[in-house]
Amino acid sequence: MSKRKIRILVAKPGLDGHDRGARIIARAFRDAGFEVVYTGLHQTPEEIVAAALQEDVDMIGMSSLAGAHLYLFQRTLDLLKEKGVEDIILTGGGIFPEEDIEKLIDMGTKAIFMPGTPLDEIIKWVRDNIEPRKGL
Amino acid sequence: MQIVKKILEGDIKTAARFIRDIDDKMPNVSNVLKKLYPHTGHAYIIGITGFPGVGKSTLVDQLIQVIREQGKSVGVISIDPTSPFSGGAILGDRIRMQRNALDDDVFIRSLATRGYFGGLTASTKGVVDVMDAMGKDFILVETVGVGQDEVDVMNVAHSTLIVLIPGMGDNIQAIKAGILEVGDIFVINKADQKGVERTVRDIQIMIEIDQSLKRGEDKDGWVPKIMRTQAIAGVGTKELFDQIIVHRDFLFGEGIDYYKKRKYLRDRLELLDMIESKILGDMINRLEKSGELDEALGKMYDDNIDPYTLCDDIIERLLHKDI
Repeated sequence: MSKRKIRILVAKPGLDGHDRGARIIARAFRDAGFEVVYTGLHQTPEEIVAAALQEDVDMIGMSSLAGAHLYLFQRTLDLLKEKGVEDIILTGGGIFPEEDIEKLIDMGTKAIFMPGTPLDEIIKWVRDNIEPRKGL
Repeated sequence: MQIVKKILEGDIKTAARFIRDIDDKMPNVSNVLKKLYPHTGHAYIIGITGFPGVGKSTLVDQLIQVIREQGKSVGVISIDPTSPFSGGAILGDRIRMQRNALDDDVFIRSLATRGYFGGLTASTKGVVDVMDAMGKDFILVETVGVGQDEVDVMNVAHSTLIVLIPGMGDNIQAIKAGILEVGDIFVINKADQKGVERTVRDIQIMIEIDQSLKRGEDKDGWVPKIMRTQAIAGVGTKELFDQIIVHRDFLFGEGIDYYKKRKYLRDRLELLDMIESKILGDMINRLEKSGELDEALGKMYDDNIDPYTLCDDIIERLLHKDI
């Protein structure tokens, strides 16, 4: 039996077209030994959750820069619940007003990483907090 | 068994999670696969292979559209390479297929090679069986971008598509063994680019040479076809799918003897592969747990014993269950 690998979906919802951050994170996760599914720009929460379900990821890392984060994160969390996969952990990164971070955490987002967070710190958080799912 | 029942009902969550178990070689996997196996054999499996960057994922996306227009369901297995350094992988083929994300009759799964050679993953056959048992009408298997001899997909697929672009497959490359020999259909993608006639001609000549060298019953086999597409614009993809169906009808019609022979060789290889990976997996596990490997390296450095002797010694003891 080989060791379970952590699988992560890096998702880019909303209307902004900047996925440099998402790509850097995807690359850093790969180099940390995780399997990273990247679905590209302009994804709806519906598309993100469908991909997370089919790909059986342990975590979704969502990057949002365009200001619709409160809706996008809430909707994603609702859909995860609706599909019966609320064990998939949602995290986020991007640009948010200070006061929204608490709201995002309160609604069920497990961690928010603001610009400037060292990549090593994010990877350490994943290693400490994400456990690959047990087998069926 | 609950897992089996759910997969047969087409439950995406259960299937997705069981596929992870296959990929991770969990102990319960073969028991479930045994129970799923009697429910397989319905799906038609299409392999898509070719060099990196020729447009395989885009072509797969277009084939999904054609299949869905006909009201059929489809499973997709998309393979990307695992980094040999970190063991991680970026699975990005979905980017080009995401427009199908909300369609419940399209199940896309990305897999990483995890050190497996041949263009597929060690789990591919099992994943195909899961999708087949779920009731998918077609299963598309997109290999990792491959070079000249990663041809395992032909052992999984009914129809193997080799995707090329103009400027590739020149005279010399085309007569070399390997990937070009396993194609049932050659797809010249990006066919609006210059050099397409030359590429078509080179492949045509290769097919003709191949046919003229065939003897006896092999002559009754399938003669590979060449199709042109511009996958990004959806040009030629309907025609390509029609050609796949022509191939399918051939395999199950006048070419049935050819198909049976091919299937026998494929099943034989698959069984051998399964036995090999089980034996190997078990032995390597024992070896790694035992610490003998580091001990052997110690002997190599400290006692100057050569690696060939150490290898023979370890195998000997593995076979006698001393490790």
